[in-house]
Amino acid sequence: MKSARLTTHGILFGIGMTYVALLILLPLAVLTIRTAQLAPADVWKILTTSDTLAAFKVSFGQAFLASVFNTATGIPVAFVLARYRFPGRKFLELWIDLPFALPTAVAGIAICGLYSQSGWLGSWLEPLGIKVAYTTKGIFVALVFVGLPFVIRTVQPIVENLDIAEEEAAACLGASRFYTFRRVIFPALTPAIVTGFSMAFARGLGEYGSVIFIAGNIPGESEILPLRIVHALESYDYATATILATSMMIISFVILVAINLLQKKHALKH
Amino acid sequence: MNSPTEEPTWLRRALIAFAFIHVALMIILPFASVIAQACSDGIATFTRTFGSRDTIHAIKLTLLIALIAVPLNTLVGIAIAWGFTHVKIPGKRTLLALLDLPFSISPVVVGFLFILLLGKHGLFGGWLEARGIKVIFAFPGLLIATLFVTMPYIAKELIPLMDGRGREEEEAARLLGAGWWRIFWKITFPEIKWGLLYGIILCTARSMGEFGAVAVVSGNIRGRTNTLPLHVEALFQDGDLPAASAAASVLAILGIVSLVARTITDIKAKAKN
Repeated sequence: MKSARLTTHGILFGIGMTYVALLILLPLAVLTIRTAQLAPADVWKILTTSDTLAAFKVSFGQAFLASVFNTATGIPVAFVLARYRFPGRKFLELWIDLPFALPTAVAGIAICGLYSQSGWLGSWLEPLGIKVAYTTKGIFVALVFVGLPFVIRTVQPIVENLDIAEEEAAACLGASRFYTFRRVIFPALTPAIVTGFSMAFARGLGEYGSVIFIAGNIPGESEILPLRIVHALESYDYATATILATSMMIISFVILVAINLLQKKHALKH
Repeated sequence: MNSPTEEPTWLRRALIAFAFIHVALMIILPFASVIAQACSDGIATFTRTFGSRDTIHAIKLTLLIALIAVPLNTLVGIAIAWGFTHVKIPGKRTLLALLDLPFSISPVVVGFLFILLLGKHGLFGGWLEARGIKVIFAFPGLLIATLFVTMPYIAKELIPLMDGRGREEEEAARLLGAGWWRIFWKITFPEIKWGLLYGIILCTARSMGEFGAVAVVSGNIRGRTNTLPLHVEALFQDGDLPAASAAASVLAILGIVSLVARTITDIKAKAKN
């Protein structure tokens, strides 16, 4: 009996793991081998070409700015959703997850249409001299859209679970509401805020579909890292594509490990 | 008078107003604008877009990929989640982290990985070519890239639900002589069904909406290897914004449907607990 049970479990698990290994580990192994085969001097040369450096700068810069924006706006929204009851709350809850559910190509075309010269917002902004479509500002707007739910969704459950007694104690001791927020609530939210920020940042670095519609995609100017890989592939420059893919893998791996460590540390504290 | 743990009324109102304006400006407005673009020339845009052979082919291709990828990933997802929560093996945490990889790698890198593996100059490229099997720039490549990016959804949903729940019931059923299938069907399945449904919805939405990974392996041959999201871009590149928006609005509605379905499964799952 027992051995029969173990076999069923074992076979199921084995099938699942083989599938994961073939689908995920095998491609990763090939990328590692291909990277190792490149000469270090070539790697350096490719990484320091002006277009590649510019792509790094655009991707990191805009992903960072968009995540900062989403963090600053996400904290009050998460607080509102967690603490306040008002008509239309469910409506807000539903729409906030839209960036997760909407295919990136749809997001791209939607944002591009909105900020183009004849679009609802573009026709307003362009006379003021603010050009969003086909500039780095377009990348920022697209990354704000795709990264918007992360901070809200990581912070909101933490606010919901906060112990109100701590805030009452602070109030009893004469703390103002603002002081309580700064010294009691905010510190408790910090790990969730950093996690949400990191997730949005990682997503922003890798994002492709929504950005390419609006970015203009000019090498050295508004070309993001993933697009640089696509352009390299189109010109059969596999060495550049390999190095950039490996760099992006390493970056996302580091962010993933950082998030995991942060959550572990936070879990230990409670 | 406000209680000391509440913000003043004016601040509450301001914060709520901010949340509404933020969501309206950043999320609802782009969504509404794509629908408005699609409808700008009335029904004519839709008949023109969806009457074209390339669009019809793109829709069929997208549905076919989802029809294969979703059931396959559902079965494997259940197997992984079951194994993960029932088999004692070392290194489970690493394994769980591995499941996160498809979410954290750039879709473009995913596509490139499969070019390295299965493309003309890839590891298995020569072997496949000798047998006349075309994977990259063909249907199998699109399918494999989609399988990769949608792999974790179901397992990730199920693992927390299967972990440590209903274990006593399972044990009792086993002692009473129930087989594996019966235990799964009668005890585990009722526990996980809403989570499973939610995972399937997410998996379906992503498989139909994936762009970057399939863009790299597709080669963008119209009427051949363009899925619906890729077809949206092709129409956009033609400068035909209304047609691109019309094609996109179908995907947009798919997104909304998955959101609503998600909300419903959430409510059902909460009602159960």
